[in-house]
Amino acid sequence: MILVGVALLVWGLGWWVNTRLAEGPRAQSRAMQLLVPVIFGATILLVWELLVRGLQVPLVILPAPSLIAQRFAGSLPILWADFVQTILKGALGGYVIGCAAAFATAILVDRSDFLRRGLLPVGNFLAALPIVGTAPILVMWFGFDWHSKAAVVVVMVFFPVLVNTVAGLNETSAMQRDQMRTYAAGYWQSFFKLRLPAAMPFIFNGLKIATTLALVGAIVAEFFGSPTVGMGFRISASVGQLALDMVWAEIVVAALAGSLFYGLVAMIEKAVTFWHPSQRS
Amino acid sequence: MSETTVVEAKNLDLTFPTNDGPVQALKDVNLSIEKGEFVSFIGPSGCGKTTFLRVMAALETPTGGTITVNGVSPEEARKSRAYGYVFQAAGLYPWRTIAGNIKLPLEIMGFSRSERDRRVKDVLQLVDLEGFGGKYPWQLSGGMQQRASIARALGFDADILLMDEPFGALDEIVRDHLNEQLLALWDRTGKTIGFVTHSIPEAVYLSTKIVVMSPRPGRITDVIDSPLPRKRPLEIRDTPEFIEIAHRVREGLRAGHGDD
Amino acid sequence: MRSVLPVLSVVAMILGLWYAACLPMNIKGVLTEAERAGATVTPEGGKARRDMSEFALLVANGFAIPATWAQERPRLPAPHQVAIELWDTTVMKKITSKRSLVYHGWVTLSATLLGFVIGTGLGILLAIGIVHSRVMDMSVMPWAIVSQTIPIIALAPMIIVVLYSIGVQGIVPKAVISAYLSFFPVVVGMVKGLRSPDAMQLDLLRTYNASNGQGFWKLRLPASMPYLFASLKIGVAASLVGAIVGELPTGAVSGLGARLLAGSYYGQTVQIWSALFAAAILAAVLVGVLGLIETRVLKRMGMT
Repeated sequence: MILVGVALLVWGLGWWVNTRLAEGPRAQSRAMQLLVPVIFGATILLVWELLVRGLQVPLVILPAPSLIAQRFAGSLPILWADFVQTILKGALGGYVIGCAAAFATAILVDRSDFLRRGLLPVGNFLAALPIVGTAPILVMWFGFDWHSKAAVVVVMVFFPVLVNTVAGLNETSAMQRDQMRTYAAGYWQSFFKLRLPAAMPFIFNGLKIATTLALVGAIVAEFFGSPTVGMGFRISASVGQLALDMVWAEIVVAALAGSLFYGLVAMIEKAVTFWHPSQRS
Repeated sequence: MSETTVVEAKNLDLTFPTNDGPVQALKDVNLSIEKGEFVSFIGPSGCGKTTFLRVMAALETPTGGTITVNGVSPEEARKSRAYGYVFQAAGLYPWRTIAGNIKLPLEIMGFSRSERDRRVKDVLQLVDLEGFGGKYPWQLSGGMQQRASIARALGFDADILLMDEPFGALDEIVRDHLNEQLLALWDRTGKTIGFVTHSIPEAVYLSTKIVVMSPRPGRITDVIDSPLPRKRPLEIRDTPEFIEIAHRVREGLRAGHGDD
Repeated sequence: MRSVLPVLSVVAMILGLWYAACLPMNIKGVLTEAERAGATVTPEGGKARRDMSEFALLVANGFAIPATWAQERPRLPAPHQVAIELWDTTVMKKITSKRSLVYHGWVTLSATLLGFVIGTGLGILLAIGIVHSRVMDMSVMPWAIVSQTIPIIALAPMIIVVLYSIGVQGIVPKAVISAYLSFFPVVVGMVKGLRSPDAMQLDLLRTYNASNGQGFWKLRLPASMPYLFASLKIGVAASLVGAIVGELPTGAVSGLGARLLAGSYYGQTVQIWSALFAAAILAAVLVGVLGLIETRVLKRMGMT
C-alpha cells in the first residue's frame, strides 16, 4: 500500500513539475518541448513500476518495467535475430520493393490521363482495405520464411505510395507547365526538372505512411506462420507461454524500430524538401 | 512585311469553347511589331491582351487569320526558343537557388556548364541582383523575385521578351523602380518587348507603341505611337506630352467600354 | 462522373490479369489432379514436371487451361470462384449458420464498432483536453504522434491473452484492440482540427468577449469537422484490422479473422479469399458510410 501511495505521489509530482515548466517563461524553447514529454514518459514508467509492485500484479497480466528492461538486456541475441528477420529482411525488403514498384507504376500511369483517372479511385479504395488479410495467402505462396512477409509488405505499401506519387506528379500549376512549353522542354526534361521535385513532398508523405504499414505487415504476417525466429513469431509464442516480459521486450524493439525507420525517412525528407514551407522554420 | 518586322498578325481570330457557349477572345486583330519596339497591350480584363501575348508565344492556337513571329509560325518560333516569357507570378522553383532558377532554361536548351555560369553572372548584373545567386527564392522579396524571373527570361538571350503583367502583384513604389530598370535594360539590350498591363501610366511610361484593346469580343480599338524619347526619367510622367498620351489611352479605353 | 469509364477499365484490367495469373499459378496442381484421374499429361510424372516452367507446361497441355479456373483448392482461385463462394456463404446460408459469412462478418463488425465508438469518444475527449491545457499538450501530444509511427497492433495477441486470464472474453478484448487502434489517429486529427481556426477568427471572437466554451462550440468544434471525419475514416479501417488480428491468437472459431486462419490451416484457399473480400467489403462499407455522413454533415454546416 505504501508503494501505491508513493505512485500517486510521483504522479502528482510529475504533473506539477510539467505544469510549472509548461506555463513557465521558456515553454516555447526546444529543450522544454523535449523535456516535458520525457518527464511525462518517465513518470508513467515509474508509476507503472510502483503500482505493479505495490498491488503485486502477477507477471501474466502486467510485468513491471524493470522486469521488461531486465529481460530486454538478457535476451539481446534473440531480440537482434528477431529484428534482423522481421525488420531488416521482411519489412525493409518489402518496403524497398513495394515503393520502387509503386513509383515505377506511377510513372507509367502518369503518361496516360485515362489510366490515371481510373487508377486513382481504385488505388484510393484499395489503400483503405485491410490488406494485411492477404497474409495467409502470401504465406501459402511464398513459404514461411521472410519472403512471404516481404510480399505482404509489398502489397501493403504499394497503394499508398502509388496514390501519393500520382497525385504529387500532378501538383504543378498551369503556369509552370506553360513556362516549360516556352522553353520547348521535352517530357523527361519537365519531368526531372519540374514535376518530380514538385512531387517530392507528396511522395515522402506516402513513404512515411508506408514505414508504419511495413512494420505492421511484417509482424502480423508472422501470426499466420513463420520459422522459429521473428518478432511476430516471438510475440505469439511468448504470449502462449505467458512470458509477457518477453512480449513487452519485443514491443519495445518494435517501437524503437518504428520510430527509427520513420525518423530516418523524415530526415531524408527534410534534406530533399528543405524548400517546402512545412520544412522551413 | 519589312526586314525588321518581328511580329505580324493579320485578321487574327480566336474562339474558346466554354460551357456557356463559345467566347470570342480575339476578333480580327491586325498588328505588326518592329524590331526593338516596346509594345504595351492595355485594356480591361477579358479584352484578349493576355490571349494575344499567349498566341505570340504559341501557348494558344488562333482559330482564324495568320500570325508570324520572326517570319515563321509561333510554334516554330517557340521551338527555336525565340522569346523569353515572364508570367504574372515569378514562378521560381523553391528547390533551386536564384542562380539555379536562371540556369533552368539554359540546362533545358543544352548550354555548356561554363556558358551557363557566365550567363547567370551577366543577367544577375543586368537586373541588379549581384550577390543573390546563392539565395533561395523564398529568402527574397516579391520585387526581387520578379527581377529574378526576368533574369531567367533574359538568360538565353532571345530577341523577344514577352511579359504578362509582370509587376501586377507588386506595390506602386517597387513597381516604379522596376519600370525604370526595365527601360534601362531595354535600352541596353535592344530587345523587342511585348508587355501586358492594365495600368495607364505604366503603359505610357514604358512603351514606344501602345495597343488599346476592348472586350466582348476582344479586339484592338486604338494603336498609339508614342512621341516620347527613348530615354525617360520618371519625371517625364509630369510633362504635358505624357499626360496627353495618357489622356488618349483613357479615351480609347472609355470608347471601347461604351460599345457594350 | 467522367471517371466511370476509366475506373471500369482499370477494374476490368485487374480482373483480366487475375484470370491470366490463375494459369501459371494453378497449372501444376491441375496437371497432378488430371494425371491422377487418368488423363494423359505431357510430360508424365510429377517429378518430370517439377522443374519445368509453368509457361512450358501450359503450352504442352492446352486442354488443362479451363481447369485452372475451376479447381477445388487452387493456389489462386479465379474471380468467379470467389464470387460464387461469397454468394453461397452470404445469401444462400442462414445467417445463424457457422458457415455463413454474414454471421462471421457480424462477429467482427460488432467488435469493430464497439471499439471504434469507445476509441473515438476517448480520442475526442483527449483532444479537447490537449487543446485547452498547455501541460497536456506538451506532455501527451508528442507521444500520441510517436504512436502513429510504431506498429502498436503488435500488442493485440497479448491483450487477448491477458484479458482472457482475468476472465474477460468474447467481444470485449477485440473491442479493446479496435479502440486503441482508432484512438490515436482520432486524437492527432482532432487536435489538428480544433487548432485549425486561424488567428484572425480567434481574434474576432475575442472582440465579442466570447468565453472559452463559446469559442469551442461556435468556432473550434465546427472547424474541426473535416479533420475529424478524415481521421474517423482512418480510424475505422484500423479498428477493423484490429478486430481481425484480435481473432488470430486465441484460435477463435468465429469472425473473419478466424475464417482467414482456419482457411490457411486447411488450405481452403477459396474460403480465405472470400473472407478477405468480405473484410474488404466491410471496410469499404464502413468508410463509405462515414463518407456519406461526412457529406451530409458538412453540407448542413455549409462547409462544402
